[in-house]
Amino acid sequence: MPGQRKVYMISGGVTKFAKAHPDMDFRLMVKRAFDYAMKDVPDLKTSDIESSRISYFSDHFARQLKAASMVQDYLGLNPKDSRRIEWGGATGGQAIQAGWETVASGRNEVCLVAGFETMSHVETWKGNEFIALASDTNFDYPVGGFYTGYYALMVQRHIYEYLRKTKFAHVKDERKAQREATQEAKRVMAMVSVKNHVNANHNPYSQYPEKLSMKEALGREMVAYPLNRPMICTMSDGAAVAILASEDVAFKYTDHPVLIKGVGCGTDTMRLADRPHGSVPRFQWEKAEDYSGLRYPGVHSFRAGRAAALEAYKNAGISDPKKELDFVELHDAYASSEIQTYEDIGLCRYGEGYDFVDQGHPFLEGIEYGLELPHRGTIPVNPSGGLIACGHPVGATGIMQGVFAFWQLQGSIQKHFGNDELQIKGAKRGLIHSHAGTGSSVTVTIMERA
Amino acid sequence: MAQLKKFARFRDVMKEVNAKGAALYKNPVGTEDLVILSPYAINYIHSYAEDSPFFLGLAEGKIMGSECKACHYRYATPRSHCMNCGAETEWFTLPNEGRVHSWTTCYYGGEEFLKETPFNLALVEFDGVDTLLLARLKGAKEADMFIGMKVKAVFRRPPRYLVSDVHFVPSEKPRKK
Repeated sequence: MPGQRKVYMISGGVTKFAKAHPDMDFRLMVKRAFDYAMKDVPDLKTSDIESSRISYFSDHFARQLKAASMVQDYLGLNPKDSRRIEWGGATGGQAIQAGWETVASGRNEVCLVAGFETMSHVETWKGNEFIALASDTNFDYPVGGFYTGYYALMVQRHIYEYLRKTKFAHVKDERKAQREATQEAKRVMAMVSVKNHVNANHNPYSQYPEKLSMKEALGREMVAYPLNRPMICTMSDGAAVAILASEDVAFKYTDHPVLIKGVGCGTDTMRLADRPHGSVPRFQWEKAEDYSGLRYPGVHSFRAGRAAALEAYKNAGISDPKKELDFVELHDAYASSEIQTYEDIGLCRYGEGYDFVDQGHPFLEGIEYGLELPHRGTIPVNPSGGLIACGHPVGATGIMQGVFAFWQLQGSIQKHFGNDELQIKGAKRGLIHSHAGTGSSVTVTIMERA
Repeated sequence: MAQLKKFARFRDVMKEVNAKGAALYKNPVGTEDLVILSPYAINYIHSYAEDSPFFLGLAEGKIMGSECKACHYRYATPRSHCMNCGAETEWFTLPNEGRVHSWTTCYYGGEEFLKETPFNLALVEFDGVDTLLLARLKGAKEADMFIGMKVKAVFRRPPRYLVSDVHFVPSEKPRKK
């Protein structure tokens, strides 16, 4: 990017994500992740860190205002520059970009990005209420505010636009056609759920590793039709840190830094009801006629994700993400939004997401899923297990993706996971994607092996 | 204070804390953590401000949308300025009948609404209006609902001055299978 300095990630650390960590408050969780990251770059001293960007999503969960100042304090970083970053579900992704900005601008040589969330302090359904406060409290929340309900509304329309109108166009009876299309989508979403849970078996930091079968994935309890339990991420406690450095100093601390090659960020209306029905902002390989008659984004796609990807690819010089990226860690708060995101970030065209999964493209080679996958390994998505299986301690999540991507690109998965099952051999370039609200804010960051 | 009870399962700790106010957690990492109940309740004095006519409209049995004075974009969920051109909007009355743009049945929900589960959510579209309205859809089971289904508004009496003062029901009786 012109006029900007190159920024590298030089180290990272993650606590094991868990339902609850009653033995550690948020400061100690961040400290543990921080100490891990510092141990990995022994030449870096705390005194070399010039600033911090500290992220957590919810004051309600924390019940402690200025909690970021307490992290700064606990890590011994006073009196240096620091600020709190909050951006809903994309808090962690935005924190990485905030750290990138301070180094890219030349203000700092080394910046610590640290995030956490402590969601165990209330019961699950109170937690869901807190999260629903991140929807319009005049018009959305009082109707029965529940994020899984909002995502169910979105995927129902996605299924209508992209399965009902295509694969099930021949079914005359409207209700029957919609029902059959939803059953088909549910099967594909269960495949995503199987993929992420099975991948997580090899990730020691994950909260819900499981050898999940299709039968189990499809058979579990419905939460909001058609989304059932294994298709939805859960509440977690956890922390993650990423240390960013300028090109001038990065190689002093590690022989294997990872370049933050491009950043992108997009937004959309807070309320689902307000989403426009216009035309698709296209990648260069998409044609206008691919989307004739499609009213976009509606409630079926994430325009914020598309905008973030367009900017990030432009900045990173990527023209065909499916070919030029080796893996993606994306914000799969729901199996449905993982499929919607493939299309937003151009791993396939709009409408091709279900087929993309069915053909096996986002599955890893060398992992046994118990599924027939003719084209596995094209571009592994969520090799770590994603939010669905790793957990989603909101303020840490986007940073966790950054750390897993960093280790993939360093080729150091064996060292940090204790096994190399999830290591993508020769991975050169990866994408991390952080997503908030009902798709109201999204960040995309491209990372590249130096 | 009575002796604190100690538990190895955090779920039991939560139960005890809810009942007695405090408990000890025998953590597998080897620590003993003191866990207490810490209540928190707030009454906000909330003004609907520029959105007020919408909520007053519901109390009179009308759904009020807003239309941009400059570009005539029409909002089913009102806003006082247009998101496309920034001009002021004016109020208009939406039809009481619309169609389901999307729907779901929630079997769980946030704590406040958990006792109402299962309930249906629908995004409702109206003829000649550019945006949608989120509402509950009552009187229909999961098997009855579909995108495109005609629905009509029902208003709560007396009003609670919440967006839930309007909900929708199917315009036609669900067909028998």
